[in-house]
Amino acid sequence: MKPRLMEGSEAIAEAALAAGCRFFAGYPMTPFTELLEAFARKLPEAGGVCINAESEIEAIGMAWGALATGARAATGSTGQGIALMQESLSEITRAELPLVLFHMARGQGDYFQATRGGGHGDYRQVVFAPIDVREAVELTQVAFDLAERWRNPVQIHGDFLLAHTAEAVEIAPLEFDPLPPRDWAVDGSLGGSGRSRNINPIGMEKGAKGIDPDSFWKRLQAKHDALAAETARAESEFTEDAEVVVVAFGSLARFARHAVRALRAEGVRVGYLRPITLWPFPAEAVASAAEGARRVAVLEQNAGQMIDDVRLAVLGRAPVVAIGGISSDEAGFGIGPILDPADVRHRIASSLGDPR
Amino acid sequence: MSDVRDDALPTLAPPNEPARKVGRIKPALLLHEDHDLCPGCGEPVAIRILLEVIEELGQERNAIGIIGIGCYTAFTSTMDVDLVQALHGRAPSVATGAKRMRPDTLMFTLQGDGDMVNEGLQEVIHTAARGENVTCVLLNNGVFGETGGHMTSTTVLGQRTKNSLEGRDAGRHGHPILIGDLLAPLGGTAYAARGSVHDAPNVVKTKNMIRRAFEAQLEGRGFSFVEILTMCPTGWFVPTAEGPGYLDDVLAPVHATGELKNGERLVGTPQLLEAARAEERGRR
Repeated sequence: MKPRLMEGSEAIAEAALAAGCRFFAGYPMTPFTELLEAFARKLPEAGGVCINAESEIEAIGMAWGALATGARAATGSTGQGIALMQESLSEITRAELPLVLFHMARGQGDYFQATRGGGHGDYRQVVFAPIDVREAVELTQVAFDLAERWRNPVQIHGDFLLAHTAEAVEIAPLEFDPLPPRDWAVDGSLGGSGRSRNINPIGMEKGAKGIDPDSFWKRLQAKHDALAAETARAESEFTEDAEVVVVAFGSLARFARHAVRALRAEGVRVGYLRPITLWPFPAEAVASAAEGARRVAVLEQNAGQMIDDVRLAVLGRAPVVAIGGISSDEAGFGIGPILDPADVRHRIASSLGDPR
Repeated sequence: MSDVRDDALPTLAPPNEPARKVGRIKPALLLHEDHDLCPGCGEPVAIRILLEVIEELGQERNAIGIIGIGCYTAFTSTMDVDLVQALHGRAPSVATGAKRMRPDTLMFTLQGDGDMVNEGLQEVIHTAARGENVTCVLLNNGVFGETGGHMTSTTVLGQRTKNSLEGRDAGRHGHPILIGDLLAPLGGTAYAARGSVHDAPNVVKTKNMIRRAFEAQLEGRGFSFVEILTMCPTGWFVPTAEGPGYLDDVLAPVHATGELKNGERLVGTPQLLEAARAEERGRR
C-alpha cells in the first residue's frame, strides 16, 4: 500500500474502518464536520451505518446502542457538542462499553473537559492527543483495540489542524493481540434462558434484589487504576541534559518540537516532552524529564489547564512556568497566531531567560 | 359418575384451605414475581402483557429491550430478555443504534412519561420521523412515580401532584402533551395506539395493540408506538383500590384510548374522545 495525501479527517475515518468500526453517528460542527462527512461516505461502502443524528445527545445514544450489540462504534464532536454528551459518556464508562470518541477541538481549551470530564460520578477515559495525521491513523486503531480490551471509552483528541491538514499517510491495518469473546453483548438470543443479559451502568444483576453500588464502583476504580498504570504514553527529546524542558501536546507540540530541535542545533540546552495520552497523564515521564532541569515550561493554547497536571508530576523538582496562553483566530476555531514557528521559538527562548 | 376427575375439589363441605390463584400468572419471561413496586401499581400488569406478547410471537430468543429510568426499571432484574439500560429519556436513540446493527431482532423501548415525554421528547419524535424499525412502549401514569408524585408533561389539568398541589393549572403549568398525537402523523410511524390496564377488557385491548406494534416492526413497516395508561395510586394520592377508577375518571378523558394510526388510517385523540362519548350516550 502506498502513502496517499489525505486530510486528517479522511485518514482518521479510514483508520477507523481498518480497525473494524462499522457504526458512526454525529452532528455537524466545525472542525469536526469533515470527519462526519468522511464516515458518511465511507461506512455504507464498508457495509456499515452512519447516521446524521439530530443532536449530539442522540448521536452518542445511537453509538451506545450499536456498542451494546458488540459492534465497533464511534461518535464525535467539538467541545460544545462533547459537553452535551457528558452524561452519556460517564454512563457508558460505567456500562463498560468500548466507545471511541473523536473530539476535534477548537484549540486546546478543552483539556480539562477531556481529562476530567463534565459527567457525574467517578469515571475515567483514555485520551490520546495525536501530533499529526500519521500518528492519528495509528492511535485511532490503538483506540479501538484498547477500548474493547478494557471495555472503556477512549478519546482521540485532535483539533482544527489535525482535521484539516493533508499529509501523505498509509492506512496499514495494525495487528493486535487476540481479544476476549464479546459474550457481554446483547443479540436477544439469551431471552428465556434464565441467563439473559442486562448491559447497565449501575451494576444491576439479573435475578438479584437491588444493587450494590459500593462494590460495583470499587471494581471500576480498580480497573481505572490498572488502566492508568498501563496506558500512559509520552514522547521526549533532548531531556537528559536540558536546562529547560518544554511540555506541549497535540498540534502545538509539533511547533514546540520543531523549535526545540532548531534551538538544540544552535547548542541551546532545551528539551521537549509531549504527553501522547492526556489521561492517563504520563507523570513519571514528566518527572524524570524535570529531574535536573532549571525550569519546566508548559506551552498550551489556553488559560492554563495541562499545567496543573505538569505541576502535580514535577512536584517541586523545578519551577513550572506557563509560556502559552489564549490565542484565537477571528472565528474562535483554535487556529490562533501562536501556531507559528517563530512565535513558539520566541516563547521557548524567552523561558530560558535569554530571549533570542 | 365415572367421568369425575380425580383432582376435582370436593364441594360437599367448606374448603379446608383458603382460595388461591390457579393457572399460570407469571409470564415465562419473568425470572420471578417479586417486585418492590407499590400496591395497585399498573406497571407490573403492563410489563406482564408485554412479555406475554413477546412469547406468543415466538420472539423470546430474539428480543432486545432498551429500558428507560423510572419505577419500571426495577423489572430489569427479573425480565428474562436481553436488556440495555439507557439514560433517562435516551432509550429511542439507543434502540436506533442497536437495531441498525441487529436489524433482525425485535427491538423495543420501555419508558415512562417522565422519561419519554419530559426528558427525551425529541428522541422519540426523531426516532419516529426517521421511521426506525423499533417499538417504543410508554407507561403513562401522568406523574413522576419514582420521586413520589410530581408533575410530568402528561399530567392532566386539575391533577394534583407534589409540585402542583392545587391541581395542574393551564395558566401556571401549561397543558399536557398528548404524545401519541405528535407521533402518529409522522411519515415514519406505521402504528400508534393508546391503551390502558385499569380493567380486564382494556388489558386485553392493550395486549392486542402491543402485538400489532410488534408485528408492524417484524414486517419492517417502520416505527411503532404503544402508550399504556397505568395506575399510580401512590403518586395520585388516592387509596389503592381507587387507582383504576381515578385513571378512568381523570386520565382517560384526556389521554383517550384507541388506535391512533394503523397503516393509512390516522385518528386523532379528539375523535377517540368523541367516539367514547357516543358509545356512552348509546349505553344510556
